[in-house]
Amino acid sequence: MRPFKTLQKLYDEESQVVITEKGSPPRALFYGEGFLQEDLPVGTRVIFPRPPMAGVPNVKAAIRWAINHPEGMEPLHALLKPGMRLTCVIDDISVPLPPMVTPDVRQSILEVVLELAADSGVDDIHLVIANALHRRMTEGEMRRMVGQKIYDAFYPDRYYNHDAEDPDGIVALERTSHGEEVSVNRRVAESDLIIYVNVNFVPMNGGHKSMGTGVSNYASLRHHHNPKTIRESDSYMEPKASALYKSNERIGKNIDKHLKVFHIETSLNNRMFGAPTDFLAKKEEDYTEGDRLKFQAMRYALSKMPRAVARKVLSAVPAPYDVTGVYAGATEPAHQKTLETSWKQYVVPVEGQSDIVIFPIPFISPYSVNSILNPLLVQVMGLGYFYNLNRGVPLVKKGGVLILLHPAYDEFDPEHHPSYIEFFNRLLPETRDSMKLEHKYEKEFAENPSYVHLYRKGNAYHGVHPFYMWYWGENGRQHVGKVIVAGAENNHVPALMGWDRTDTLTEAIEEARGFMGRSATISLLRIAPTVMVDVK
Amino acid sequence: MPAKAAFFDVDGTLVKTNVVHVYAYYAMNRGSVLGIAGRTLSTAVSVPLFGVMDVVNRKTFNEFFYRYYAGLSEDRLVTIAQDMFEDVLQPALFEQSQDLIDQARRSGCRVVLVTGALDFTMRPLARHLGVDDMIANKMQFVGGKATGKVIPPIIEGANKANAIRAYCVKEGLALDQCHGYSDSASDYAMLAVVGRPTAVNPDMRLRSIARAYNWPILDLK
Repeated sequence: MRPFKTLQKLYDEESQVVITEKGSPPRALFYGEGFLQEDLPVGTRVIFPRPPMAGVPNVKAAIRWAINHPEGMEPLHALLKPGMRLTCVIDDISVPLPPMVTPDVRQSILEVVLELAADSGVDDIHLVIANALHRRMTEGEMRRMVGQKIYDAFYPDRYYNHDAEDPDGIVALERTSHGEEVSVNRRVAESDLIIYVNVNFVPMNGGHKSMGTGVSNYASLRHHHNPKTIRESDSYMEPKASALYKSNERIGKNIDKHLKVFHIETSLNNRMFGAPTDFLAKKEEDYTEGDRLKFQAMRYALSKMPRAVARKVLSAVPAPYDVTGVYAGATEPAHQKTLETSWKQYVVPVEGQSDIVIFPIPFISPYSVNSILNPLLVQVMGLGYFYNLNRGVPLVKKGGVLILLHPAYDEFDPEHHPSYIEFFNRLLPETRDSMKLEHKYEKEFAENPSYVHLYRKGNAYHGVHPFYMWYWGENGRQHVGKVIVAGAENNHVPALMGWDRTDTLTEAIEEARGFMGRSATISLLRIAPTVMVDVK
Repeated sequence: MPAKAAFFDVDGTLVKTNVVHVYAYYAMNRGSVLGIAGRTLSTAVSVPLFGVMDVVNRKTFNEFFYRYYAGLSEDRLVTIAQDMFEDVLQPALFEQSQDLIDQARRSGCRVVLVTGALDFTMRPLARHLGVDDMIANKMQFVGGKATGKVIPPIIEGANKANAIRAYCVKEGLALDQCHGYSDSASDYAMLAVVGRPTAVNPDMRLRSIARAYNWPILDLK
């Protein structure tokens, strides 16, 4: 029998939680378009993502099986009738992150569905991207998502972005029992059948949110994209704790009552890094000499590049995700299955909350694909998404300290985020109060004809989007006692955000301990790839 | 919510012509058939000159340029304006100009054109776009004939800003809530006076100004 000590070691190697010891290796941490290598204090709890789950062996076969054995609905072939009006609504480029190696799973689904539709005599088919108030996808991005063949056959007349500001393009359905307006894309509303093509990247995606948000408009979205709903959401990732989810559920049920929607949901594993950066998914304890060398080389090279070049280099590397499940049918039963797979991949159980939690912020977010992670997006990554990557209670204690690792540069993309620039420079100096911002300025930005034009004709996020980003951080902001951005390269961005800044992570930890006490507990969520915590 | 307006410059902003094209059209359609050939020739020679003058100094350009209208009857000018709209302005409208105007109206703005051109030349365009009002230069007429003089103040450059400010006071509009749209750095004053300026198809100077001030930049082309 092996000695107990060896068994213990093997057990620890399998665990996703590592407690830093005296001889622990320094951690490789995301820091915007670069990386930091940091030693953490002894006793720091480092939470690693789970290893990628095995993907389904044959994606197209899994898709075919799912649409032939759907949850709570007839098989897809039984719903297709010659001469019918069919619309495929597709998740936009905000998921997955980074974009996946081609063929994108959406392409695989469409190849199966469109072939089946053609065989069934359906030729009135439109493909609508469910971009809601996100920016329109560019032609290149649209081509990459569905493949050249589908693109050539459908673009631009029958493959296009949803336009939430098209005065003739939106249909209002009846309001929910809570008085929420329910608006849907006209082509979608007038279709005999809608097939929703989903990529489920985190449990917040999919289900009723797909239709309730994706092909809706500002009038409908403001009923749940507001500070009150966000404050009432304990976690975005856990449906029963999310007021946001419940509002989407009410809206989605209304949609299901009026329209026939066949969902095809897919879950992915967290294989975010392929060769040569696959070492980033490992624990530092498991790095080989080669991994260490590659990390140092990459860190050095990125630090010497102009930021825009580093951004290009990093964005050019797609992720080799595997599809772990395909589920089809009615909204709720199909989504329930997706959630189960999603949690199986992402959730790591941890014991208790921490006084201080460290989030390394990478270069990418759902709202900055092929663009810049501006200060408002850094905020949403830290206080919105990462803070909410939990079930039950947040990782950080009430009144605790969040440390974000990011340069917090004052850089914006005027093409993708024009209204963010005004929000940041004009509104934040006046107030950070979400309620006040909503009351005083939201409508002005939402209706600004220049921003509406840039959303409809350019590739800009809707004028109101920076407000949503600010609200998104609202429950995080209400919960924590202090936010420190470590490695911030200027003073004014953290000051406008209401954060403290330090030059290094060590200083940030010192300051956080000064705030929480010398015996404060520390956790680091080693993200990416995606990891969620189940705090017991 | 206070009343607000969206002020649109015309040349280069909503249409891809400038005032020189309008002049050329008038010059070529002014009188007898016999005179046309000679005038076309002289126009061909003078238009590039005007183009240069326009870039150098819009005010001098306007004053100089409007003298060419002297002696023409008002009804003749109005008739030519209609033809000119159909032949020159309408084909030159940017594809998305109407969308932008409609969007401004949907957001609750009164839509006003602000242009250095003469009011009668712009009226058919204003009708076509469905705008509410127009701030433009007015030709002086005596006995139904144009004198070639423009009733001051000439609407250009900084005067556009003054005219907008006066218009807002007169109409009870909140200037800081108003939108301004122009393509040219010569309209910097007009853009700076409103609360919500936007550079549309901007020239190089305006583009750099817009970037410096974080104004939105639209491309209607």
